Amino acid sequence: MPANPFNNFTEYGIGIGLRVPHYEHILSQKPTVDWFEIISENFMVDGGRPLAVLDQILEQYRVVQHGVSMYFGSSEKLDREHMKKLKRLVKRTKTPWLSDHLCWGSADGRFTHDLLPMPYTFAAARVTAQKIREARDFLEVPIAVENVSSYAEFHVSEMTEWEFLSEVVEQADCGILLDVNNIYVSSRNHSFNPYDYLNGVPAHRVAQIHIAGHTKYEKYILDTHDHPVLDPVWKLYAHAISATGKTATLLEWDAHIPSFDEVHREALKANRFIEKLENKKSLAA
Amino acid sequence: MPLERRQTEGELRQLQQLMAASVMRPLIAGDTMNPRWDDGRPTKNVVAEFIKPNDRLTSFERLEIYNRQYWLRVIDCFQEDYPGLRAVLGERKFSRLTLAYLKQFPSTSFTLRNLGQYLIEFIRAKPNLTKPHFQLALDMARMEWAHIEAFDNEAKQRLTTDDLLGMQPAEIHLRLQPYVTLLELDYPLDDFLVAAKQEAGLRSEASNAIETKRKVSPVKPRQRPKKTKTFLAIHRYNDSVFYKRLTLSQFTLLSAVKNGSSLEKACEETLALEDSENIGDEIRDWFQNWMSLGWFCRSQNLFPNKTGNKNPYGVKYL
Repeated sequence: MPANPFNNFTEYGIGIGLRVPHYEHILSQKPTVDWFEIISENFMVDGGRPLAVLDQILEQYRVVQHGVSMYFGSSEKLDREHMKKLKRLVKRTKTPWLSDHLCWGSADGRFTHDLLPMPYTFAAARVTAQKIREARDFLEVPIAVENVSSYAEFHVSEMTEWEFLSEVVEQADCGILLDVNNIYVSSRNHSFNPYDYLNGVPAHRVAQIHIAGHTKYEKYILDTHDHPVLDPVWKLYAHAISATGKTATLLEWDAHIPSFDEVHREALKANRFIEKLENKKSLAA
Repeated sequence: MPLERRQTEGELRQLQQLMAASVMRPLIAGDTMNPRWDDGRPTKNVVAEFIKPNDRLTSFERLEIYNRQYWLRVIDCFQEDYPGLRAVLGERKFSRLTLAYLKQFPSTSFTLRNLGQYLIEFIRAKPNLTKPHFQLALDMARMEWAHIEAFDNEAKQRLTTDDLLGMQPAEIHLRLQPYVTLLELDYPLDDFLVAAKQEAGLRSEASNAIETKRKVSPVKPRQRPKKTKTFLAIHRYNDSVFYKRLTLSQFTLLSAVKNGSSLEKACEETLALEDSENIGDEIRDWFQNWMSLGWFCRSQNLFPNKTGNKNPYGVKYL
C-alpha cells in the first residue's frame, strides 16, 4: 500500500544514482538494485553512448529521472526546447515520477549551472508553483520538487524555507523529494532546527527521499556528495520516514565515487531504519 | 508578515538578475570575489543589500561561496572538454584563454556540453590569446569540438547499398551522419589528442553536488607536433569516438559529397587529383569502408519517385 497519495512508489525500495564509473560493473555483473536514478540532463542528447547505455539499463532496471536544470524557481519562462527534449527522455525511460529542484539558476538566458537558493516570498512561490504545473501538464508525469542545500539567505524572504516549500507544493499540488542531507546542511548553515523543518513539511506529499554525504568546514557545510551518509543525517532520515511512512529512498554519491558495491552497501543501510519502522508498526497493530 | 510590503514578481526577476550577475562575476587573484563592484562601490555594500549575513559569515563571504563555485564548475568543464588545447597552450595560456572566453561567452544552454560552442570563432577573433601557437590551437579547438559532436550527435538511419540499387551516380546525393566531421588540419593532432585525453580521464557528468577542488590534474609537458598537413574524419562507431586519417583524395571526395555535389561530380573532382590507374577500384573500396562504418544516412527524400513527389531538379537526396 502506498504510504500517502503522492507516494505510489513505496515498493521502489532503495535506489542509487546511475554514474559513469559504474556502467561497466552494472552492465556486466547485472547486480540486483531496486532502481536507478538518472540525472536527466546527462541523457538529453541526440545519440551516442549515453543513450546506448541508458537503453541497456532500461532493459534490466527501473529508472527514475532527476533533473538539475528545470529551474522551477526562475522568473524566466520554461524553455520549450528543453522541455521537448525532456519529454522525449520521459517517453524513453517511462519514469513513474520526475524530480527537479526548488531553486533557480539562470537569468537573462545565461546559466550558472548551480542550484541557487530561492527568496522565500509569496511572489516566488506563485511563480514556482505555476511553472511546476506547466511542466507537469506538458510532461504528463507526476513531479516532485527537491529542497536544495544553501549557503546564503535573502533579506527579502517572507517565511521559512519549509513554509516556502509547503506553500509551493500546495499551490502546485505536487510531490516533494525530501533531501534530508540538504536539510541538515542548510540547518547548520542557517542555524535552524532540522526537526522543525521535517515537522513543518506536509509529510503526505513526500514522494521520495534523498540521502547523501557532506563536508564540514570551519564556518559552513558543503553538500559535496563525496562521503558516506553521516549519523545526524541518518537520524533525520529515521525521523522523516516515521512521518512519511516507507518511501522510495536514494543515495547520491557524485564525487570520489567508490566501487559500485560500496555505494550500494551504503544505500542499503536505509533498510535498517525502514525495518525498525515496519517493526514498530507491526507491534502497534 | 502581513504588515510588511511583499516582494513583487518584477522584484523577484530583478533580484535573480542581480544575484546571477554577482555569481558570474570574474574572480580576482587567489580565487576570491572581486571587492569592487562594476560601478566602483565596495562589493560588500552591494551584496549586503540583498544577502543576509549570519553569525559566522558576512554577506560577502556567503555570496563568495557561489561565485567560486560557478567558476570552479565552468573552468573544470572546459578543462575536461579541451585537454588537447590545454596541452598545446600550457597551463597559463590556456587559463587566460578560458577566462577570456567564458567572460565573453557564458553558458547559454541548460547543458555544459555546449559551453565551448563559440570557442573556434573566439580563437579566430583573438589570435593574441594563443600566439605563437595560433594555428595549432585553432586546429586543436576544431578537433576537440568535433569530438564533442561525434560523442553524442544524432545517428540517422544508415544508408545501405540496397538503397542505391538502380541509381545513376549523377542522381545520387549522399549525406553524412551528423556525428561525422571532416577536418583539414595543419598539424597531425590525432595521436596527440588521444594521449592528452587518456591523461585527462572521464568527463564529469551533471550533478547537484558542490565541488570543493579542481578535478583536473596539472597538464604534463608534451612535445608539440610539427606542422604536417593532415586530413581527418572524426566519427563514432559502436558508441566510441574515433579519429580516422584520410588521404587528400578521400578528403576531397567526402567534402564534395558533404557540400552537396552529386556522387558523379564528387568523383570527378577526386579523379583530377589522382594519377593511379586503379582509382576507380580504390574509390569503390573507400565507399564500401565508409558505408560499413555507417557514415552516410538516409533522408526523408530517399524515394521521391515512389511517392510521386518528383524532385524538380531530378536529384535524389540520400
